[in-house]
Amino acid sequence: MSAVVETISLTKRYRDLVAVNDLNLQVEEGEIFGFLGPNGAGKTTTILMLLGLSEPTSGQARVCGFDPIHRPLEVKKRVGYLPENPGFYDDLSGRENLFYIARLNRIPTDDARPKITRLLEQIGLDKDGDRAVREYSRGMKQRLGIAEVLIKEPQALILDEPTLGLDPDGAARILELITGLSREHGLTVLLSSHMLHQVQQMCHRVGIIVKGKLIAQGEVNELGSAIFKERQWNFLLEVAGQPNGLERELRALQGVAEIEPRTHGWFMRCNRDVRPELLSLVSKRGLSLLQLRSEDATLEDIYLKYFRGA
Amino acid sequence: MTVVFWKELADHFSSRRFMILLAIIVLTGVWAIYASGQSIRQDAESAPPEFVFLLLLTSQSGGLLSLATFLGLLGPLVGIMLGFDAISGEYARGTLSRVLSQPIYRDSFINGKFLAGLATVAVLWASVLLLVLGLGVTLVGFPPNAEELWRMLVFTIVGIFYVGFWLALALLFSLLFQRTVTAALGSLALWLFLTIFAPLIAQIAAAFIIADPSTPEAMVRQVDIANMINRISPSALYGETVQIMLNPLARGLGAALPEQTQGILLTPLALSQSLLLILPQFTTLIALVAICFAISYIKFMRAEIRA
Repeated sequence: MSAVVETISLTKRYRDLVAVNDLNLQVEEGEIFGFLGPNGAGKTTTILMLLGLSEPTSGQARVCGFDPIHRPLEVKKRVGYLPENPGFYDDLSGRENLFYIARLNRIPTDDARPKITRLLEQIGLDKDGDRAVREYSRGMKQRLGIAEVLIKEPQALILDEPTLGLDPDGAARILELITGLSREHGLTVLLSSHMLHQVQQMCHRVGIIVKGKLIAQGEVNELGSAIFKERQWNFLLEVAGQPNGLERELRALQGVAEIEPRTHGWFMRCNRDVRPELLSLVSKRGLSLLQLRSEDATLEDIYLKYFRGA
Repeated sequence: MTVVFWKELADHFSSRRFMILLAIIVLTGVWAIYASGQSIRQDAESAPPEFVFLLLLTSQSGGLLSLATFLGLLGPLVGIMLGFDAISGEYARGTLSRVLSQPIYRDSFINGKFLAGLATVAVLWASVLLLVLGLGVTLVGFPPNAEELWRMLVFTIVGIFYVGFWLALALLFSLLFQRTVTAALGSLALWLFLTIFAPLIAQIAAAFIIADPSTPEAMVRQVDIANMINRISPSALYGETVQIMLNPLARGLGAALPEQTQGILLTPLALSQSLLLILPQFTTLIALVAICFAISYIKFMRAEIRA
């Protein structure tokens, strides 16, 4: 596999602010890469540099094998970019907007017409294609944006916060669309987001950027083990009755590192599997067990850990 | 570039803004021509003056400004209206980053926009002049001669560049200021300054340089200096061009001593001689447009396009 998007020590400074700091990113062909970070972390700035819409202060980027600073047209021919909050020409219909983009991509009119009809069907806007975009909802505009980036038949998609401001249903539809496209056409997708849950489900790999620095890159579970050096066992224990003194006994158990009280029980971070001991403790005291659940580190834990650490 | 050009042109022609401009210009144009045509007819009962069609453009009557002056006032407004949201509008709507992430060169976007604006101006100006010709023929009863047509053509070209300057300026402002309102107000403020205050400032400055014009020579010099300073304003350049091009009898600009005018025959100047007289004005006007557009161009090429 070859890297479709690659950055080498990419850096962008605005006067005294370092927006992107020494970024080394790699997105392989055919994968969906989640570019995660809080607002203002430098996600959009990075994307702009990947497209040659902004010049890096130092470092290099390569997209589809081309340098976006010196060969921006080669990059733009191959990459579909959907900006955050994409805007359209309000007076034109969805179809006309797509047609304009098709002409900017030098697609002959005869090819463009059927293609646009097909794309509108694909994104579920075939009935609304001839309405003016001013009447579109946010979700419809976002879907129109997806159709637009597909017109040029790209090798890769770069999507900046594609689910921003959408309701859960709308967001799910967009993400489904993206996943489907990636699978069908072998498209490489780089999508930025601060919505972890959504992205976690669909990304092959993620990169986490905080204050301009890429602090982790890899598969979601790989990232987990990188952060929590030894494998962590997290358990949620809930019992009914009067568990006086149980907490003390739990703390005394070997392998329990941390313990946090919860409404009906405790959340424990351990460095080994302590479930058998927990169960025998509970039964010895004659308490009835409500639940004992193992909770693995989620992306959210990883994310929060990094954000706090940063 | 042609794609952007045609799209922008279509946008201009279908916009409400353009309809309003067209309506204002055509209505006032018809009124001005009709009024001056009537008065020319009355005056010319005995002998029809030479260059009637040029007179239609320049004569004032019924308390109205002449059409040429009127176009000089309205032209900047047209330019500003067509250009003030060219870039900032796209930016605000979020379309700029989408369009610029398509495989087109950045300059083709700004060039296409500017040329589409210029083409719109050309269409407006030409339609007004055709209106003049049409109405003129029905009012005076004979067609214009070749000399008049040539002079009107030069007038049109100068006019397009004159409005083009304001278009380029508005484009520059729309790039410098992210808010369309600021861009529009900025251009309007500069327009007011250059048309109304620049002549005053020029006079004051000239009076300062030559404090006591006691001799006729000093007076002429003072007027010349005022004119010179005033020529930073495109309105002045346009005004002078109109004065020479639409009035074949005009021999020069500014003041002249009685000795200098002695013995001058009151015959019309040949077209080539009139052209020679306004050549500096014309080239300056083109240079102003070029400078204005060049600044926008350089700014735009280096700008970071954020969504």
